[in-house]
Amino acid sequence: MSRRGGGAMRLRGLIRKEFLQIVRDPSAVAIAFLMPVVLLILFGYGVSLDAEDIQLGIVTEDRSAQTAAFTAGFTGSRYFHVHRYEHAGTAQRDLARGAIDGLVHLRGDFAAGLADRRPAPIQLIVNGVDANTARIIQGYVQGVWSGWLAERAGAAEAPTPVTLEQRVWFNPEVRSRNYLVPGLIVVIMTLIGTLLTAMIMAREWERGTMEALLVTPVSMAEIIAGKLLPYFLLGAGGMALSTLMALLLFEVPLRGSLVVLAGAAALFLVVALAMGLLISIIAKNQFVAGQAAIVATFLPAFMLSGFIFDLNSMPWPIEGLTFLIAARYFVAILQTVFLAGDVWAVIAPNALALAAMGLVFLILIRRRAHKRLE
Amino acid sequence: MWRRILTLFAKELLTLLKDPKSRFVIVATPVIQLAIFGYAASFDLTSVPFAVYNEDRGEAGRELVARFEGSPRFERTHTIRHTDEIAPLVEAGEVLLVLRLPPDFSSDLARGETAPVQAILDGRNSNTALIALNYVRDIVNAFNAQRLERHGTGPPPAELVTRAWFNPNLESRWFFVPGIIGLLITVTTILVTALSVAREREEGTFDQLLVTPLRPVEILIGKALPGFLVGLLAATVIAAIAVLWFQVPLQGSLATLYAGTLLYLLSTVGVGLMISSLAVTQQQGLLGAFLFLVPSVILSGFATPIANMPGWVQAITYLNPLRYFMVVVRGVFLEGRGLDLVLTQFLPMAAIGLLSLSVAGWLFRRRMY
Repeated sequence: MSRRGGGAMRLRGLIRKEFLQIVRDPSAVAIAFLMPVVLLILFGYGVSLDAEDIQLGIVTEDRSAQTAAFTAGFTGSRYFHVHRYEHAGTAQRDLARGAIDGLVHLRGDFAAGLADRRPAPIQLIVNGVDANTARIIQGYVQGVWSGWLAERAGAAEAPTPVTLEQRVWFNPEVRSRNYLVPGLIVVIMTLIGTLLTAMIMAREWERGTMEALLVTPVSMAEIIAGKLLPYFLLGAGGMALSTLMALLLFEVPLRGSLVVLAGAAALFLVVALAMGLLISIIAKNQFVAGQAAIVATFLPAFMLSGFIFDLNSMPWPIEGLTFLIAARYFVAILQTVFLAGDVWAVIAPNALALAAMGLVFLILIRRRAHKRLE
Repeated sequence: MWRRILTLFAKELLTLLKDPKSRFVIVATPVIQLAIFGYAASFDLTSVPFAVYNEDRGEAGRELVARFEGSPRFERTHTIRHTDEIAPLVEAGEVLLVLRLPPDFSSDLARGETAPVQAILDGRNSNTALIALNYVRDIVNAFNAQRLERHGTGPPPAELVTRAWFNPNLESRWFFVPGIIGLLITVTTILVTALSVAREREEGTFDQLLVTPLRPVEILIGKALPGFLVGLLAATVIAAIAVLWFQVPLQGSLATLYAGTLLYLLSTVGVGLMISSLAVTQQQGLLGAFLFLVPSVILSGFATPIANMPGWVQAITYLNPLRYFMVVVRGVFLEGRGLDLVLTQFLPMAAIGLLSLSVAGWLFRRRMY
């Protein structure tokens, strides 16, 4: 038998062994298929930045037509759930204990002030702990206020000088789920890829089976390939499942092509699996490998990938660090392929970066794995 | 009894800390992660790259553009001269915002008519787009107010005055840094506990432990103590960094913060040990750790408010100890809350902790294979 043929046979044997191990300990199958389903359903439905049903207190100290006209804008809005108060004191107590998110206070002389053409202040107090929600509430209240102003002014007074026309491209209805679901897929795939491989090399060392493998004619490259291939297939299955759920269950549009999506996913999966393998090789025992996997995957992919937090707004040393996080490139590609289409100006550089990372990881794996052999 | 527990506790600490890699993961990473995430986690945008497509040649148009250029929130990176240039710039993600002024912008304004200005935003991250849009609106509103004042129509009949309690400048960081404390405590305790029993089972030393005079309760305490110790130390260091480095105000009392932290540790140590004793191999333990960790972070209200979730997901969050702890850290840090937290937040954490610890102790004996 030629050397080449022997290599293929040995590789087949290794892959078969790995598959048997996967089937015997179902946790790997659970990682690849159960995790994406559970996590995507929970997060796809649960994670949203669209504030609706805001608990808003309105304090009106008089009952005039003027105050009624102003507050009508809130009661009619689908964003607000209005609580009415007659005294500022009770309303403020409710705000302090979190029963309402914000309160609008019209003073007793509101209508009188308007009649006398004295500026009548309207006070808005928000609970600023969640600054983002507070800003959203502020924006909504401002909207109601300017609507009321426009209505009052009618044609009689000077029109607003500059009006803003907004066009939000790629996601005109600004549905936060449309970008959160692709981002969640990245987080989930990072976990799957790394989790699948983080333990397996360490396990072989710990159980002493690595030494047994080393005395056989298999080369290190074959061992690595034999480890990567079966888990690549598992991970690809998980990715396909996640994409299907995004499209069918969460109705995220896919404006780019499936081929580009699949290609990018394959690249990313190699990087994630290789990172797990590298952790496994460096740690050499499962306990440390497991700890390193927990620390190195979830939170970095969640915080530093641009999935939720804007990368451009981070201070430059932190933004520089994000270039080491593979998830950042995959987030950019997925958000573009899902929402914008096959924009090569985004896809090409990010795919290249992923390929480079994968290559570096594989080289490091080869190096580290060799050292242990000698 | 306490001597036996102490011996087990010492052995547990030794297994955790004797490996330099493990020591690094447990001791150094929480601090490093807080330093990084504290800067990364913010919904405030700075230097948003934008392009100007000014078809207007007038002064008013220049004035409006200058307001954007002068704002620290925006950074002008491109100038557009033709409509065809807009799409490629936005699609490639070069700019987040294109500001377009129509040809007769200044002349319309001069005649006292309404002039539109168009803001085109990259909505791939719709939250970032909305925040940027709010900034745009602020600048346009300020421009309008100044113009109205200058051209004699006077101020609007009613002014909206906004105040924000607990966080007057609405700094996003004040919201996220206390949240990160919660996240890192969770990760650290799970690190220490979730693999500890699973490892002993896989190596066969757990059977040996069971035949020693140690009772299951004593094993439980011995296994739980390192989690408490490491978690408490991590919490102290991280909270100190939050106050001293990130300058997040600590309004409430340290006593409330520590009481909340201890109760929260009770529940995470409990869940970690429960996962660990359910798992037969460390691989399963790791899977369990993630299946707890990831949902508990995402459904805690850390980044996206629980109020935005649909009812059935909100119901699930009541099982999540981190949900309560988020309210506690943020409440103590920013709102200065004290004993009113006891019933609503402390009791559920204590209940989850006691329940999961009992299940873990029960599983020690039952699960023998």
